[in-house]
Amino acid sequence: MTPARNKTLLKASGINKSFPGVQALSGVDFDLREGEVHALVGENGAGKSTLARIIAGVETADSRQGQAGGMSLDGQAYRPGGRADAEADGVRVVMQELHLVANLTVAENIFIEKLPSRFGFVDYEKLNRAAREIMKKVGLGAVEPGVAVRYLGVGQQQMVEIAAGLSRRCRILVLDEPTASLTDNEIELLFAQIRKLKDDGVGIIYISHRIEEVIDIADRVTVLRDGKVIATRSTSELGLNDIIRMMVGRDLESEQLRHAGEAGEVALSVVGLTLGDKVKDVTFEVRRGEIFGFAGLMGSGRTETMRAVFGADRADSGEIYLGGGKEPVKIRKPRDAVRNGIALLTEDRKEQGLLLRLAVRANISLVRLCDVSRFGWINTFRERSVAGRYVDALSVRCSSTEQRVGELSGGNQQKVVIAKWLYRDSAVLIFDEPTRGIDVGAKFEIYRMLGELAEKGKAVIVISSDLKELMAVCNRIAVMSAGRLVATFGRDQWSEEKIMSAAFSEYVGGSGGSERSLRKISH
Amino acid sequence: MLRRVVFEKIRANSWQKQKTWCLGDFVARKGMRMIIEKRTAGLLAFITDYLGMGLALALLLVIFGFRAKHFFTLTTFRMIANQNADTMIIAVGMTFVLIIAGIDLSVGSVMALAGAVLGVFLVRFNLPLPAAIAACLAVGIVCGLANGFVVIRWKLPSFIVTLGMLEIARGATYLVTDSRTIYIGGPVEVMTRAPVLGLSLGFIIAVVIVVMGQVVLSRTVFGRYLIAIGTNEEAVRLSGIDPAPLKLGVFVLCGFLTSIAAVIHTARLSSANPNMGRGLELEAIAAVVIGGTSLMGGRGSVVSSFFGVLIIGVLGTGLDQIGAGEPTKRIITGCVIVAAVILDQYRHRIRKGGGTAKN
Repeated sequence: MTPARNKTLLKASGINKSFPGVQALSGVDFDLREGEVHALVGENGAGKSTLARIIAGVETADSRQGQAGGMSLDGQAYRPGGRADAEADGVRVVMQELHLVANLTVAENIFIEKLPSRFGFVDYEKLNRAAREIMKKVGLGAVEPGVAVRYLGVGQQQMVEIAAGLSRRCRILVLDEPTASLTDNEIELLFAQIRKLKDDGVGIIYISHRIEEVIDIADRVTVLRDGKVIATRSTSELGLNDIIRMMVGRDLESEQLRHAGEAGEVALSVVGLTLGDKVKDVTFEVRRGEIFGFAGLMGSGRTETMRAVFGADRADSGEIYLGGGKEPVKIRKPRDAVRNGIALLTEDRKEQGLLLRLAVRANISLVRLCDVSRFGWINTFRERSVAGRYVDALSVRCSSTEQRVGELSGGNQQKVVIAKWLYRDSAVLIFDEPTRGIDVGAKFEIYRMLGELAEKGKAVIVISSDLKELMAVCNRIAVMSAGRLVATFGRDQWSEEKIMSAAFSEYVGGSGGSERSLRKISH
Repeated sequence: MLRRVVFEKIRANSWQKQKTWCLGDFVARKGMRMIIEKRTAGLLAFITDYLGMGLALALLLVIFGFRAKHFFTLTTFRMIANQNADTMIIAVGMTFVLIIAGIDLSVGSVMALAGAVLGVFLVRFNLPLPAAIAACLAVGIVCGLANGFVVIRWKLPSFIVTLGMLEIARGATYLVTDSRTIYIGGPVEVMTRAPVLGLSLGFIIAVVIVVMGQVVLSRTVFGRYLIAIGTNEEAVRLSGIDPAPLKLGVFVLCGFLTSIAAVIHTARLSSANPNMGRGLELEAIAAVVIGGTSLMGGRGSVVSSFFGVLIIGVLGTGLDQIGAGEPTKRIITGCVIVAAVILDQYRHRIRKGGGTAKN
């Protein structure tokens, strides 16, 4: 790692920011040096995204009487009125949510602010050439710059977003969760680009939940908790556990994760499920009281399988048996699945699992409105008390059950989704990436919840891209590869190597970032 | 602002911070808090929602009251109420359709068709009034079914489908009436001759429908599902609720309400004119939008749409009485619609309190 230069680029002191009902930041001091990567870590709701947005000009800090909580850039007062002001000063941000225009091409998205043109007509040759250069640097060399962005996989879209951010000159680059959807390969390329920027003297603010990455790439790290700075240290001084302890305020290693339940009778049995070329002849069974994990590369068909089981997509063939029954149940739409006691907590909770504009209580009661209503008339009092019960039981941090779910943090939103299905009391619960985008503290709460659910006799399926997570929580792990279920491991049989090699087994080597399925190797 | 102050006070003793409680304690305190919260929240929300509309209406009444000699009279008010009864009913149906993020452009034509059927059944087939009304209502229901079915089955935008129905229904109206106005007279006057306080039966029916509509939307399971569908249809589907029958129900409801409006309109004019209802869909949409319902779905209020119709009605009658010509009327009405939507943006921002979603 290049030694950080000493010149201070950005200095922020005494930053305060409050939103209705919550103090997001209080008295935060932060500084960034030239050519350094300074990471921001903290639980969801700790304030790191808020701080980043203030630096990028998207939000403005609160100003208190007399005490100016302010920022300075290169020694001069820095008070951007908006994102455009910040960008004029050379401060750019690549946000977590993708801001690409789906129907425009990759090249157009990268250079959207400054399309090369002649007399008002876009110079496509120049555009595509310039785009190709940048794309090669971030590992998108195989993608055509003339392809519309919506045809790319999520990981590739994120790389386009990053390429767009890298392509413009800046003094400070803020990256908010840049690696959320990337494969290891792409992450390495990104880090190479970051190191190049460091050499050029650019200051980089790196926000991430992935602490190992932070330790790898960052020079210094600032830990935030509840809107306050806990510590700012050099990453060479800190270990993974130190950082987690500062983030959460307690030691998490000691948490008892291992779920030691014995499995009961078969709750769900899937035979020969097939859907196009995404799900090929998948057969498995899940028992009551067990947590069954699904591992595999991105695009291996796990989500598609579960969506077919749930009826969200209609399968081409296959049978589903419930509770050890002899006759297969007909599941053609989610309604059938829910009536038969299956619940699906989707990968994308904001788009598919929640009604963001509606209140917490409306979201929780949605799947079982008949319980809080009589003859079609909703009993709001009862609805509130039921919702309140679940909010308490799951420790959802919200100002009240009336608060709009869209205002909660990721972890709390996920808890609302869980509360919704708990209220429904489904027998089989399918979790698709339950801890994605959730901070460490909330993650452990969710693991504990999974364990409790299994203890209560539910059959739990967990899809996750985090092998360590699966190995900590599950009784058995199934591995999918290119649409096939290639292996199932019990607790004493598995290892990271075995699972990973099973995951790759149906592909020619390489990352799973692309949507296309790769050729099968003969074995 | 006031609302926030009240909430802060309540949260100062927040149950969130206290973890170890006994059940009875919890229930008692929670209940108390709920009552307080609910009353304050409900009251304040009620005021902010309708205050704006009420003020606008009052303002218009005052302005016209001063400018036109006979405006501020019972006769004028009765006239406004009775003349806009049909639009009010259609606005209720339109509100529901807009809430599920759809739109129904065929209401004007369907009303004409239903009215034509009513006229034909009464005059040409000499059927008794109840039978004719039943046929009229059936027309509305069938058109609504057709709209809904095509939208759902082929997943088409309701804009296009109802646009097609607009043409089809209008053409059918001409066919049914032979392109001539049907004068009804006697059989239907029964309906106009039962006023309460000078307000026609039609207006009474409209008010009842408005109240029922608001109650259904805000308090019933059906209404909750509709708001959910308008907010995020996919999330509703993945929660195990099939949105298709609900959406179909909304289009049928809109058609049904349109045919009720047809009965009232035809009775008021005592004739079935094949050109009636032209442009009515846009008037209804304007009223609903003035009332604050979002064209994107998931948000809306039937009572607000009612006030929206009143505002447009007052505006129209008032402008007539001060002698404004038809062109001027239209320009001013258009400006009012745009102004209302702009103001609604600000009102929404105040309600939200400027909070932004966290990560």
